[in-house]
Amino acid sequence: MEALLEQLVVGLSIGSILLLVALGLTFTFGQMGVINMAHGEFIMAGAYTTYVLQELLGAENITAAFLLSLPIALVVAGLMGLLLEATLIKRLYGRPLDTLLVTWGVALILQQVARDVFGAQNVAVASPAWLDGGTELFGIDLPYNRLFIFALAMAVTVAAWVVVGKLKQGRRMRAVMQNRQLAAASGIGTASVDRRTFFLGSGLAGIAGVALTQLGSVGPALGTYYIIDAFLVVIVGGLGQLRGAVIAAFSLGIINSLSEYWTQASLAKVIVFVCIIVFLQFRPQGIFATESRGLA
Amino acid sequence: MSTREKGGRFWLLAILALCLSAFVAVGCGSDSKDEASSTSASASSDSGDTIKVGILHSLSGTMAISEVSVRDSELLAIEEINKNGGVLGKQIEPVIEDGASDWPTFAEKAQKLISQDQVAATFGGWTSASRKAMLPVFEKNKALLYYPVQYEGLESSPYIFYTGATTNQQIIPALEYLQKEKGVKKLFLVGSDYVFPRTANKEIKAWAKANGMEVTGEEYAPLGSTEFSTIVNKVKASNSDAVFNTLNGDSNVAFFKQLDGAGLPSDKLPVVSVSIAEDEVRGIGADKVKGQIVAWNYYQTTPGAENEKFVKAYKAKYGKNRVTDDPIEAGYVGVKLWAAAVEKAGSTDPEKVKAASKGLTLDAPEGKVTVNGENQHITKTSRIGVINENGLIDTVWESDGPIEPDPYLKTYDWAKGLS
Repeated sequence: MEALLEQLVVGLSIGSILLLVALGLTFTFGQMGVINMAHGEFIMAGAYTTYVLQELLGAENITAAFLLSLPIALVVAGLMGLLLEATLIKRLYGRPLDTLLVTWGVALILQQVARDVFGAQNVAVASPAWLDGGTELFGIDLPYNRLFIFALAMAVTVAAWVVVGKLKQGRRMRAVMQNRQLAAASGIGTASVDRRTFFLGSGLAGIAGVALTQLGSVGPALGTYYIIDAFLVVIVGGLGQLRGAVIAAFSLGIINSLSEYWTQASLAKVIVFVCIIVFLQFRPQGIFATESRGLA
Repeated sequence: MSTREKGGRFWLLAILALCLSAFVAVGCGSDSKDEASSTSASASSDSGDTIKVGILHSLSGTMAISEVSVRDSELLAIEEINKNGGVLGKQIEPVIEDGASDWPTFAEKAQKLISQDQVAATFGGWTSASRKAMLPVFEKNKALLYYPVQYEGLESSPYIFYTGATTNQQIIPALEYLQKEKGVKKLFLVGSDYVFPRTANKEIKAWAKANGMEVTGEEYAPLGSTEFSTIVNKVKASNSDAVFNTLNGDSNVAFFKQLDGAGLPSDKLPVVSVSIAEDEVRGIGADKVKGQIVAWNYYQTTPGAENEKFVKAYKAKYGKNRVTDDPIEAGYVGVKLWAAAVEKAGSTDPEKVKAASKGLTLDAPEGKVTVNGENQHITKTSRIGVINENGLIDTVWESDGPIEPDPYLKTYDWAKGLS
C-alpha cells in the first residue's frame, strides 16, 4: 500500500514535469496548429540561460541566479520563438508538413550552435541549497526539487489559464484559433495575435528548461529527450485544451510510474505508448475535443 | 496569388542559403581550432611523405559528450609523435570523421576512411554498439581499428586492438573490492538499456552466484533517461548494501541527483560506477558524486612521470580546466602503441603491424602496458578510486601489477557458459 502511494507521488512528479514541458506546446501546437519541432531546443535555451546567469553572478548568488533565470528564460526563449515565427513559420501557416521539416532543421541548427558555444560536454547547473535534499511525509520521500517543480508547474498552469481564459489577449487568441477569417473581419490583427501566442508558447518552454536544470545536467540534446513526450501530452489532452493537457500529463505520469514499478523502466515506456495508441483509437480528438469550425 | 507565393519561396530560399553558409562557417571555425589537423592537412595534400590515419568519433549527437575528449587526446599523441620526427620518418596526418552517435554512420565512415582515404589505421568508437557496427568493416577490409574504451568483453577481433579494459581488468576487481573491503553482501544492479550493461550484468550475476553475493535487483533505464524516482524507490526498498552502476552518459546526473534527494548519499549507500570518469564528473557536478566509488585503470592523479607529462601536455593544449581520464588516456595509448608497432615492423601494413604488436610494451601514463598477442587487448592495472570534492579521483585500491586481459573469462570457472 505504501509502495502504491509512493508511486502515485512519483507519478504526480513525472506528470508535473510533462505538464511543464508541454504547456508551451498547448499554445503553439494546440492553439495555432504549428508543429514546432524546435520546441525542445527552446527548453534547452532556457536551461542554458540558467547556466549562463549562474556563471555571471558567481557561486555565492546561486539562488538569485536561479530565480532570476525564470523570467529571463521566458524572454530569451520567447524572443527565439518570435524570431522563428517572423522568419519562417509565418510563411508556412497551413502547411504542417513543411513546418515540421523546417522547424526540425532549425532544431538541429540550434543544437549544433549550443554545442559550438557551450561545448559538447554537458554543463552542471548547481542547485540552490534550499532545493537540495528532501523531506519525508508518511514514509514517502519528497525531494525538494520535485516539490518545487510541482509548484512551478501549478503556478505556470494557473497563469496560462488566466491569460487564455480571462484576459483580452487570451480572448483574441481563442477567437483567432476558432475562426481566423471571422476574427480578422471583426478587427483583430491576426498576425499580431499569432506573434504573441508564439512568444508565450516558446517562453513557457524556456521556463520548463530552467526547471529541468534541477533534474539533470544541461546539454545540447536536452530538448530531444522531452519533445516527443510534450507532443503526446498535447495530443492526448486534446488540441488547445489546457485542462486536457493537465489531465493528460498527470495520467501519463501515473501510468508510467505504476507500470515502471511493476515492470521495468524500458517496458514502462512501451506500456505508456500502448495506452496512448489504444486511447487514440477510441478518442482520436483527445480527452477534450475542440469545438470549432476553424480547424480543418 | 502566384506572385505572393514566389515571394515566399524567395525568402525561404534566401534563409536556407543563409543557414547553409552559417553551417559552412561553423564548420570552418571548428576546423581551424584543431591545429594539428589543419596544419598537417595543408602540408601534405600533395606529397607522399605523410601517413594518413583515421580518427572516427561522435563529434555530434548524444555521445559527443564523451568522445570529443578522446579525439583530442588522439590528436595530441599524433602531434607529439610528429614533433619527434613522425613514424618511419614520415609525418602522421589525421583524417577526422564524425560518427554522429549513429551506429550505421560509424560503419559507413569507417569504410570511407579505409577505401577513400586509405588510412593506415583508424582510432575510434566509444559505445559497444558503434564497435559492433565497425567490426565487420575492418575485418572485411583487413584494416586496423584501435578501440579506446572499457567494454563488456566476450569479443576478440583479429583486426581490433582494445586499449581499454575488458571485464576481468575492471568489473571483477571492483566486485572483489566490494566484497572484501566493503563487506557488501547484497548488490543492486542499475544500468542503461543496451548491450554493455546487459552483458556486464550477466557476468556480474554469474560472479555473484559463485561468490556468495546476493543480487537484490536489476533495473534498466532507456539511454538518456532522466527519470529515476521509481528505480531509486526500488533500490531503497531492497535494503541493498551497494549499487553497481552501468548507466551511460546523461542519465548518471539524474540518477545521482535523485539518490541524493531520496536521502541516500555515498556514506549510506555506496554506488560503484564503471562509466563515470573525471570528464563525466565535470558534467554531473562533483558535489553530487563526492565519495562515490569508481573502477578504472587510470586516473588523472595516477602517479608517475609519464602521466605528469601527459596531463601537462593535455592541459597546455586544450586548457587548464580540462581533465584527463581513462578513455582519454586509452585513446592516447592506442596511437602510441600503433606508432611503436609501425616503427618495429618498418611498415604500416596491417598484418606486419599486428605481428610487431605481439608482446609490445610501452610506458603509458597508466604504467607499463603490454599487448597480448593472442587477443590484442593490453595488460592493465586495475584501480578502484573515490571521487573527491574537486571532481578528481583518488586511488584507494590497486591490483598487484598489470592484469592479463581475458576477454572470454576463460580462467574463471563461474564464467563457463557465458560466451
